[in-house]
Amino acid sequence: MIRYIRRAAAFCLLLLLALLANAARVQVFEADELTANPANRRNTIARYDQPRGNILVHTGSGDATATVTGSTDTGEQLAWERTYLHGPLYAPVTGYASQTYGTTLIENAEDDILSGTSSLLAPLPLWNDLTRGRQPGGDVVTTVRDAVQRAAYEGLAGRKGAVAALEPSTGKILALVSSPSYDPERLSGTGAAVTDTWTRLNASESRPMLDRAIRQTYPPGSAFKIVTAAAALDAGVVDDPDEETDTPSPYVLPGTSTVLPNESSGCEKASLAEAIRVSCNTVMAHLGVEVGLDGMVEAAGDFGFNDDGLRIPSGVAKSNFDTEMSDDQLAQSSIGQFDTTATPLQMAMVAAAVANDGEIAQPHLVDRTTKHDGDTVSQTSTRSYRRAMSPSTAVQLRRMMVDVVENGTGTNAAIDGVTVGGKTGTAQNGVDNSGAPYAWFICWAQSEAAGRPEVAVAVVVEDAAADRADISGGGSAAPIARAVMEAALPRD
Amino acid sequence: MTAPTVDSPPPPLRLPRRRGVELSLLVGAVLISVYGYAAVGLAHDDAVPPDVAGYGGGLGLLALLAHLAVRFRAPYADPLLLPIAVLLNGLGLVLIYRLDLETPSDTAAPTQLIWSTLGVALFIVVVVLLRDHRVLQRYAYLSVATALVLMIVPIFFPAVNGARIWIRVGGFSFQPGEFAKILLAVFFAAYLAANRNALAYSGRTVWKLQLPTGRVLGPIVAIWLLSVGVLVLERDLGTSLLFFGLFVILLYVATGRIGWIAVGLLLAAVGAFVVGSFEPHVHSRVQDWLDPFATIDAGRGPSQLAQSLFAFAEGGMLGTGLGLGHSILIGFAAKSDFILATAGEELGLAGLTAVFLLYALMVARGYRAGLALRDPFGQLLAVGLASILALQVFVIAGGVMGLIPLTGMAMPFLAQGGSSVVTNWIIVALLIRVSDQARTPRPGQPETGVIAPIVEDEQ
Repeated sequence: MIRYIRRAAAFCLLLLLALLANAARVQVFEADELTANPANRRNTIARYDQPRGNILVHTGSGDATATVTGSTDTGEQLAWERTYLHGPLYAPVTGYASQTYGTTLIENAEDDILSGTSSLLAPLPLWNDLTRGRQPGGDVVTTVRDAVQRAAYEGLAGRKGAVAALEPSTGKILALVSSPSYDPERLSGTGAAVTDTWTRLNASESRPMLDRAIRQTYPPGSAFKIVTAAAALDAGVVDDPDEETDTPSPYVLPGTSTVLPNESSGCEKASLAEAIRVSCNTVMAHLGVEVGLDGMVEAAGDFGFNDDGLRIPSGVAKSNFDTEMSDDQLAQSSIGQFDTTATPLQMAMVAAAVANDGEIAQPHLVDRTTKHDGDTVSQTSTRSYRRAMSPSTAVQLRRMMVDVVENGTGTNAAIDGVTVGGKTGTAQNGVDNSGAPYAWFICWAQSEAAGRPEVAVAVVVEDAAADRADISGGGSAAPIARAVMEAALPRD
Repeated sequence: MTAPTVDSPPPPLRLPRRRGVELSLLVGAVLISVYGYAAVGLAHDDAVPPDVAGYGGGLGLLALLAHLAVRFRAPYADPLLLPIAVLLNGLGLVLIYRLDLETPSDTAAPTQLIWSTLGVALFIVVVVLLRDHRVLQRYAYLSVATALVLMIVPIFFPAVNGARIWIRVGGFSFQPGEFAKILLAVFFAAYLAANRNALAYSGRTVWKLQLPTGRVLGPIVAIWLLSVGVLVLERDLGTSLLFFGLFVILLYVATGRIGWIAVGLLLAAVGAFVVGSFEPHVHSRVQDWLDPFATIDAGRGPSQLAQSLFAFAEGGMLGTGLGLGHSILIGFAAKSDFILATAGEELGLAGLTAVFLLYALMVARGYRAGLALRDPFGQLLAVGLASILALQVFVIAGGVMGLIPLTGMAMPFLAQGGSSVVTNWIIVALLIRVSDQARTPRPGQPETGVIAPIVEDEQ
């Protein structure tokens, strides 16, 4: 029987070896895959095991900053929840960091810094890989200035719309407002309250979670005429903006019998400067056709249209200018209609290009990231995004935009003692223009002491409740833009 | 002046009993458990638990009493068995206490400590009262009758988590099937020891397979089928698998007929396939085993098995450290069937290997006692008890780590479960008894204490 006992023992040994081999398989060879499984809550638990880093905005003229976020320990399994100190005001900047629904915008783009997983935060290279640990969450200092953000938010006063404000020379985004907004804190944790809020926000017709400043595109309407004017000047279609053009009025769209109307009078044979000042559709449509499709596509592209790769660091929706059109479509596109659409940020970049001698600085929202103790981890430097037009064209356009504010459709944006250039827009909307039109205003401002414009702004108001006749860039959008510019300009 | 004469009598014979080794190993086992207990507290609350001295003293006292029983009643017993049992039981208490911290409203460690105390008490009773294991042979049929009664009774009690294997009396519940293991092992060993020649050599030969007469084979097959049938009825598949394995191993050891193993495996395969295909409870477990992540893909969240695999994976080579894992995510069976996942997550592959080796040592010591014994009943009993441990470890560890389909069963000594911990203490007591018998020097044996060479028997 001894022999069989030995064999039975050998069988037990085999069982043990199978267990050990299987343990090695699970714990060593398949461990990474299992750890990375999204259903494995350990990653989530570790993620919320420490307070998240904060997002900061600039509060004064200098380098003073203040946080707009916080974290609170709930004592639950997913311990630390995100709090937002100003609720809806900064939602279009920060996005939300929800334990249930993930992250968006800066919370998403800078998540590895905020959650502490970024290797940049580690004291030594590869330290995190070695220890499988994480560092305390780092902070993200944005380029946003609190006063500008507030002016824009209060200017919209809950109406549907958006504001984007830039520093033209650097590309720093000073304000990014979308209205109506929401309180991201109500999405922070888990549970029924969060899911209910989520359901309600998503079902809301006013779409409060949509970031209209960078994720929504609108037909830019007459505000787009700045692009067409830059194209016409750069292409040499217009040599002297004050010289009268050979535009007939009424203007019949090429190849059709459709007559393009003007809102204002005196547009027949009007000069480019006059066409900008009183916003002549006929002149600008005609100039666009003269520049031609290729020239217009190229010019629009130089401003950033058709770029689906722009990140600030959150992705920005693509602003569209069709690349294949008939002449009548091109004519409509040249006045910001037909399929032409733009984000408010894109239109702020148009104003910034004019203000910055034709050069567009790379727009960005993150100034720098720091470790928990304040040591800078990365700093965003000023980079060129694109050259939109020649410097001389920019000089001519600046003069024309100033004329709009001083003598034209944009007088509501004028600020005493400040050079302000602007352009209104009223974009038709919906099938057969059944929807309420969008009111646009794009502008830039330069205080007396400054050598160059200090702020460029785009405002869009989509106010379906207003009487259609009242909707105009100058009436609805320009006052908001003025408040934003005033907040952005240095105080005396 | 006077040189010792060659005729002087030899010095008194001192046989190596190794009780001192056992005692020092016990001290180590208790210290390791106390250290683990403190480590859990430090990891969880940044403080050593206030009752660490009480728990440590209690465990130490239990170990000491058990040691004294062995020292005076089984002085030649294998010195590894008791320390391993104490260490595994201590580790189990630490792991359960650690999981209790995640479920403050449902603590299991105090109850487990009471059961462990009862287990050690029964260990002492068995070691003290049972002077010779051969006495058990006389009670073979009483054993099997008791075993069957114990197994059948739970049918009349309500099912818990799908299995009718519990008896609930007042606040306490226990699984009679656990005790039946020992009784059945005693019966198998006694019956096979008495009839092994008839089983191996009598009867007709059918195509290389020598069939024993039905008169000899009949009763034991009937008992086996009955017990497995009852267990299937109760949906206690782990235990039915265990009984099957125990039966096949003992039949093989007793007769040396590979053919029986082949037949047994074939029957088991057919049975497993039929049950696995048609019984929904088992079917779902087989599905889980084949694809542990199917429920995730279906949007129903990870299954217990997937959670268990996540826990093992998180442990990696060295583990997260005691008290620093999240194996509580496994859910309701985390302290019982899935206790090994906590060991795997917090102690890592290194700790898990150590745990497996402890079991392996225990099993090996059981087998070694079987090899050293002279009576067939003792041999078969030792092999049977050791095999019960080995099969239990394999079935549950293989189940929670995705090697084989999961069947509910308790990790010996580690898992929450009173009946299990008590039963395993009795198994260790019996192994102590048979190992004492095996190592006791026989008259005429060489003085070295080395066991006499064993003569191969039949064939």
